[in-house]
Amino acid sequence: MDFLIQRLPLYLDGAWVTIQLTIGGCALAFVLAMFFGIMGTIRHWLPRAISTVYVEVFRGIAALVLMFWMAFALPQLSGFRLDDMFAAILALGLNVGAYGAEVVRSSINAVPKAQVEATVALNLSWFQRMRLVVLPQAWAQMLPTFGNLVIELMKATAVVYLIGVADLTAIAQNMRESTGETVIAFIGAFVLYYLIAQVLIFGMRLLERRANRKLGRTPPRGGGMRLPFKPASAGTTQAGGI
Amino acid sequence: MWDFQWTLQILPDLLGALGTTVQITLLGYLIALVLGLLIAIARRAPFFGTVLHVATEFIRTTPLVIQVVFVFLLTPAHISPMTVGILVIGVHYAAYTAEVYRSGIEGVAKGQWEAARALSLPARRTWGAIVLPQAIRKVIPALGNYLIATFKDTPLLIAIGVSELLTEAQRIGSASFRVVEVYTVVGFLFLLVSIPSAILLRRLERRYAAV
Repeated sequence: MDFLIQRLPLYLDGAWVTIQLTIGGCALAFVLAMFFGIMGTIRHWLPRAISTVYVEVFRGIAALVLMFWMAFALPQLSGFRLDDMFAAILALGLNVGAYGAEVVRSSINAVPKAQVEATVALNLSWFQRMRLVVLPQAWAQMLPTFGNLVIELMKATAVVYLIGVADLTAIAQNMRESTGETVIAFIGAFVLYYLIAQVLIFGMRLLERRANRKLGRTPPRGGGMRLPFKPASAGTTQAGGI
Repeated sequence: MWDFQWTLQILPDLLGALGTTVQITLLGYLIALVLGLLIAIARRAPFFGTVLHVATEFIRTTPLVIQVVFVFLLTPAHISPMTVGILVIGVHYAAYTAEVYRSGIEGVAKGQWEAARALSLPARRTWGAIVLPQAIRKVIPALGNYLIATFKDTPLLIAIGVSELLTEAQRIGSASFRVVEVYTVVGFLFLLVSIPSAILLRRLERRYAAV
């Protein structure tokens, strides 16, 4: 126990890098998912085709392979080097964004058709329809799956140590090498990963509740603030597959 | 820029490594399918079930790569990295498939359980002849997703030096100082496997959704 307490600052540094990667990756993935997801619902074939190509390509390649390509092949190809951290965020964001785009697309398509017809009857423009009617409803549908993707992304950040970023896994490896205490060195990292995941799950639950409340779908009474603390089930029921 | 001669030269090695990757995927997935089902059934037990739930939750919320490295460091040296990799991938994905099976089992109508009980079928027949055939059929597409996910997680076995696709690519790259072709071909090989399997999966989904 002393072992971990003494080295806690080092672990926290590693965890901070992991959190930065998670936030950066999520931000990029979110923008890409929204952009290509909405593009996939447009009736014209060209935007739809572009969206499909993006989704299939970046969903099909493992994030680690993408990361290696950006960290090692890109400098040789173009002559300039990306920062390792940036390459990692780019690879993670592109990969998870492709899954997210599929979620956005299917959630928008799942909004009842009558809602869209009503906006046509009210003579709303495409932007008004998306912003006021379709997206708020699709949003509530997207959030549970987004929650799983956020956890997946956080877990996927652990491979960045292979391209030389000093994240939590790298710290655990260093600790092991310098002290020879394999079990304790790794348990520290496992616990921190677990805690980060729990915080993310909790945050996503709050977002879900807020989205549902805005649509007038209040959660059953009695749960109150304790509802988000219910046993978490991360990474299950993926729509569209991961 | 792009050397086709060189690409052709490295292709056989990479294809061989792709074979290893597919082998790891299939064996790991097989473990995940069987172990996941056992976990899903065992999770219905009162105390042991809760313990299992916490354990699978922990496996699911921590990264696979650190699990692989951790187990590899603790296993005796005579066990090959590939065996360790297959086992850890199998157990990791079993935590996911268990959850899929569970949702399938919970989806079986209550009347089915009651009927089995009314006919006083033994537990083995209740599960084997009534519950599981209905539960598994519904979750086949969801299980298929995890086959593709397993495939895409094999490159991280580079962390323990298993000679799969990415490790092989890195070896070729560092021996020749030419990495553009190697890593690009690896990317394409991944697409070559995952896009057809995604299409196949969609067909499977349509078939089982129709029933």
